[in-house]
This record gives sequence, structure tokens and C-alpha cells, in this order.
Amino acid sequence: MKKNVESIFEQYPKSGRPDLIPLLQDVQESYGWLSEENVVKVSQFLDIPVSNIFGVATFYNQFRFQPVGEYHIQVCRGTACHVLGSSTVLKEIEKQIKVKAGNTTKDGVFSIEIVACIGACGLAPVISVNGEFHAKVTVESIKSIIDSYKTIEKK
Amino acid sequence: MQEKNNKYKIKELLLNKQTDNVIIEDFYKQKAQKPIIYVGSGTCGLGAGAGKTYTAVVSYLEKNNIDAEIIKTGCIGLCSSEPLMDIEIEGMNRISFEFATANKVEEILSTVFQKETPKSNVLGQFNSLPLKKWDNAPFINDLPFFKPQKRIVLKNCGIVDPTSIDEYIVRGGYKSLIDTIKNDKPFDVCDEIEKSGLRGRGGGGFKTGTKWKFALNSPVEQRYLICNADEGDPGAFMDRAVIEGDPHRLIEGIAIAAFAIKADTAYVYIRAEYPLAIERLIIAIEKAEEYGILGKNIFGTSFNLKLKIKKGAGAFVCGEETALIHSIEGKRGMPRPRPPFPAESGLFEKPTIINNVETLSNLPSIIEMGYEKFAAMGTENSKGTKVFALSGKVALTGLVEIPMGTTVRDIIFNIAGGIPNDKKFKSVQIGGPSGGCITEENLDIPVDYDSLIEAGAMMGSGGLVVMDEDTCMVDVAKFFMDFIQRESCGKCIPCREGTRRMLEILQDITSKPVNNDKHQALRRFKGVTQLEKLGQVIKETSLCGLGQTAPNPVLSTIKWFKNEYEEHIFERVCSAGVCTELRTFVIDAQNCTGCTICARKCPTDAIIGSRKNAHYIIEDKCISCGTCFDVCKFDAISIS
Repeated sequence: MKKNVESIFEQYPKSGRPDLIPLLQDVQESYGWLSEENVVKVSQFLDIPVSNIFGVATFYNQFRFQPVGEYHIQVCRGTACHVLGSSTVLKEIEKQIKVKAGNTTKDGVFSIEIVACIGACGLAPVISVNGEFHAKVTVESIKSIIDSYKTIEKK
Repeated sequence: MQEKNNKYKIKELLLNKQTDNVIIEDFYKQKAQKPIIYVGSGTCGLGAGAGKTYTAVVSYLEKNNIDAEIIKTGCIGLCSSEPLMDIEIEGMNRISFEFATANKVEEILSTVFQKETPKSNVLGQFNSLPLKKWDNAPFINDLPFFKPQKRIVLKNCGIVDPTSIDEYIVRGGYKSLIDTIKNDKPFDVCDEIEKSGLRGRGGGGFKTGTKWKFALNSPVEQRYLICNADEGDPGAFMDRAVIEGDPHRLIEGIAIAAFAIKADTAYVYIRAEYPLAIERLIIAIEKAEEYGILGKNIFGTSFNLKLKIKKGAGAFVCGEETALIHSIEGKRGMPRPRPPFPAESGLFEKPTIINNVETLSNLPSIIEMGYEKFAAMGTENSKGTKVFALSGKVALTGLVEIPMGTTVRDIIFNIAGGIPNDKKFKSVQIGGPSGGCITEENLDIPVDYDSLIEAGAMMGSGGLVVMDEDTCMVDVAKFFMDFIQRESCGKCIPCREGTRRMLEILQDITSKPVNNDKHQALRRFKGVTQLEKLGQVIKETSLCGLGQTAPNPVLSTIKWFKNEYEEHIFERVCSAGVCTELRTFVIDAQNCTGCTICARKCPTDAIIGSRKNAHYIIEDKCISCGTCFDVCKFDAISIS
């Protein structure tokens, strides 16, 4: 499943500057995050300074510089979600898994990320766990959602 | 073999008008051979459990040995009633069910297969003569949510199979494109679109045809078209729905626009947060290439078009044209001064036209109906329809497409069913972080580009977030400022620093005074003395649209809800109860058993009292975190 950096590079035969962002996206998709090691490899492949690549990568919200948990929780903080109480939902999730947004739990099981809007405003507030959507979440329903992933993990 | 034959025929449909009806009839006849079950599988449907509904349908059909087809459609726009499931059985109208969760599937399907109308979950039926009507099921088009709508962009959304190019063609798709490239000159297409009065649906509202002419008139040979699907505005999701539900319409629109400006390469810059939309678009592009709709010498003409997908990496500022171009070039997405405008020098310094998804999706219909008919819809300076994304505190949420000029009141109270739980309407935020709010007194303004600006808001991409009496407007302003200051690219100091200062002021007026901070009162009064002034400066001195509109949510809430700001600043009260730090907690001595748990948990040691005696909160020390309220087992702590 996991492609290594070299095999990703092979998909970009005539590469240049415009391929930088797609390349970083592919690396992140494969590894879950951008390690310094991989950024250096991208830099050598594209012949762009490492500092320059970090300049681009840190500009965009999508790129992460630390590993994500096995279950990556994205909390939507769009307007509709906010009006319907996503900030309390976020606090509850932080309380349940005991890390703050933007971090990963020590055992590497969960991580939380705030996203601007996942485009499911009609079902606000929304969270997404590894791409699976949970709609109209409440402080009460968070616990059972998180517990359901904890039980899968234990098995 | 059959399928291959079919494809050949459907392709023929694109070229030859005489055989039309025979092929179309054949298509529908073949389709009607089996019952069809449609599961609304847009992002919102999946969020509501459409995936489980799909599995339940599969297992029901297997269990009962029924040969039927299951199709995953996009979203019809009624997000609050998801998951939606439609059923089409021989000789009967297509019937649609709401809240069709997995546990309801068996009941619905078994009743429908007996040709009886289920008692619950019926949303309505489609009216397709000469098919037989279902008893006791209203027509979809008569429902208050659908009746006032005029669906052009959303015409096929939620109805057709988004992965089937054949169905799109049978329904008249790609005809406009072929007519155009075979019979028209690029300049005439620009002219026709200019005359139709179509304006950019992404926010700016610039006349599409006029913009195209700038690029077409450029002497440079290589030109690019970019479709902006980087729907960054939180609260808008029409672009996602169109791509998920009817991707071929967008491709046709892109091809028409590319032909009009003589571009041979087009990009779709789409948010990486929309994986399903990307997936469906990739399938659609492959199919279109296979049918010869994209590629070289399209339908025997000299028109070539290569369509590429570029995934956005999550930056709100990339909605700005020049920032978007930098992002495609692999740079930081920062805007640059204009001129030169992208229409003269854009992507890789070549003339580039950037159009939004909704704008492009309008094109096939404009060509089909003719510009006069399109221009007859809407108001004087805003023609056609607009898709709005309804969300927030409103009974029905989702997407509605209405003619320009409909009033905001109509949208919220007639189409969307008003405010739930008997709450009072407070305001509606339109245009996202660049827009403003519309209050009770402005509810009757017609929705078009100019009237909204007059009312201190803007069309933006068409997100409508409805707020009721339980929403604090200062908190909403703070939310937008927090968003904007994070998304500011940092190029212009007024925007980078100014938005942050504005956020700090808002944070100060919504937070509890901390002990020993003598400057806090002063900082709170900045809310009165500096907020508006700072907003004006940011507006006047920023380079791009993001900065120029960044203070709008604050300025517009100050304009309409000054009393709420004053209440926060002078009385330190949030009457909506949203600003948690402004709450005051009291211990009811009657109920307090003196268990000491609150005193032990209090982070600031603000609670005093000895064991088995009633406790007391020292207001000066309390930071209103609410911990005591949460931990008290005897309901002895209340919020006053």
C-alpha cells in the first residue's frame, strides 16, 4: 500500500516546479506526513532548495510535519458548524482523547486536526474520522463515536 | 457487446440529429428492464449514513432474489433529509424517500415492490408521464422546498448517475458543446455569453463574456483556462455538489469556455478536502476522453483540449486569482498586484481565464436555451439563477437554485421552512468571511449582486448561514476574524497584523477580566474606539480581495448589532449565553453538601468552604471555565 518516495518520483518523469505541490501531496498521502528526510529527497529530485520547499509546504494547511494517529479526526470549524456548536464538540474530543488539536496521542492511536470546512454544512456539526463522516455530532455522541474506534483498536 | 453497441449509438447521438428519438427510447427501454434503486451518495448523504443504506439495499436484494440495479447518485440538495433513496419500478413514477437509514430499507423496499406506497419516509414522486402515479405521495416539484426553484446548474444533481456519460448525453448533454465548436467562432461565443449577462458566480461578479474577450484579444497564442473549484468559503458547498452529482456538466462548460478563449489546456483547481468530488471528476474526464469529447481534434474540428486536475492544498487565499495561479505554478499562494490581469498575463505568464464551477456549469444551458431566454431570468443587472447553500439554524438545510431577485425572506421562510424550535430569527450571514449579515429589516431585499452590496453584504459564493436568537453576533465576528487572520497570506501588513489586532480586541471583549491586569479596561474600550477605524484601514490598504473584505463581518455586525457589542464591553454580559467566559456561576447553599470536589477541581482556587459546609465562589478569582458546574453531582451550581 505504502509507496516509497522513489516510486512516487517515477510518476513524475518530466518534473519541474509545478509538480512540487502534487509531489508533496503524494508523499503525504503515502506516509501520512512530511518528514524532513522525505522533504530533502524531494528537494534533490526537483532541484529546489529545502528551505524553499518548507516555505511552500508550511504555507498550506494541508501539509503536516508530524505523524498522524491511526485514527485521524478532522473537526470541521466552518461557519455552519460553529453556529451549531462545533467549538464545544472540539473541546469534548480533546477531553476524551486527552490531546489538544493539532497533536497525536502518545500511543499513536488518535490525532485531531481542525479543518476549515469539509463541505457538509447541511449536516453540521460534522467530524470525519479517517475520511468517514459523522454528522450532527453532539457532546453526548462524541464519546460513543470515539469508544467505537477504541474497541476496533483493541481487537 | 451490448454495452459496446450502445456506446457506439450514444456517440452517434452526439453527431446525428435524425436518429435521436430511437436511440433515446432504446436507452430508456433498456433501463426500464430492471428496477432501479438510487442511493443519494454525495458527501452529505454518506455523512448521514448512505453507505449503510447501500449495504442494506444490496443484502435485501440478495435475500429476496431480486434482480435490480443500484446507482449511487449525487445530492439533490435536501441535505437535512438525508439519506435519500429513490426507487424506479416498471411502469411507475420514480419515488423518493427521505431519512432512508439502513433499518428502514427492508420496510420501504418490500412495500414498494408490492406497488404500494409506504406509510412513512415518503418524500415525493417525480412526475414523468405517461407513467403511473403512486397514491398518497406528493409530487416532488410541488413541495415547498422545490417548487420555487429554477434548476439549471443543479438540473441533474441527485437524479442521474454521475459516473454515466451516456445518461448525460441522452438528457441532451454535450449537445451545446458540439453545436458550438462546429458552427460558431470563438468571438461569437464570447459575445453570446456577454449578451446573456452571466456574471461570475465565485464572488467578484464580473461579466464572464467580457472577461473572456480580454483573453481572446491577447496576441499570445498559448492561453489557459482554469476552473476554480477551491471552494474555501466555509458555509458554501454548491461546487462540491455539482461535481459530485453532475461532473459532465462542468466538463462541458469548461470545454465551451476553453473554445471561446482558444485555450488548449484547462485546469480544475479543486480542494483536496473533497475526495469524492475528485474521484467522480477523474472518472468523468476519462469517459469524456474515451468518447472523444476531450483530446485532440474534438469531433473532427481543429479544437484540442487537455483537462488536468490540480489538487489545492488548503489555503483560503487561493480563491484569489493570482494566488491560485501561483499555487498551480508550485509556489506559495500569495497574490500579486494587478495589472497585469491574468487575462493578459496569468499562468506561466500566458493569458489565463479563471472561472468558478457554477459559472461554467451555467454555460451548456445558456447555449442550449439561447442568451435571450437566459437574460430574461433574474433582475436588471443580475441574470439567471444562483445556487445558495443553506445551513445553520434553519429547518431544511441544503442547496437551492432560485432565480436572481428572490427575496431573502422567501428563501429562509418559504423554501427552507423557517427557524426550528420556535426560536426567533436574528440574522443571516451571506458571502462567508468576505460578506456581511442581513437582519430582519432587510429580509425583503431581492437577492442580486447590487442589492446585497447596498445592504452591506455581498453575494460571495452563495453560502447562507442562518442564525437565531441563541447566536451571539460578537462571537460570530470573532469566529470570522480568527479564520481570516489564520488565512491571511502575510504579504500586506494591514491584513496580516490588522486582522490579528482586530481578533485580539474581540477576544478581550468576550473574556473575563483577569486579576492584576490594569490595562484590560483600556483594551476593552478599543472595541469602541479602534475596531471600526482599524477595519476601514485594512479595507483600504490591502492588495487582494481577502484583505479588502476581511473586516466585513465585523463592520457589518457592528452596524446592525451595536447593542450586542456594547453589552459585552460595558456590562460584560452575553445575553445569548455563547461567550462562556462571561458567565457567572453561583453556588446554591441549599443544595451544596460540602463535598469539596468543586474546590479541589477549581483551577484558580476561586471556591472556598470547609467540608460538609456550603461553598462559595469568589467572583474576582473565577475565570468562568465551568469546571465546577461540570463536576458538581448535586446540581448546586447554576449559571446566572
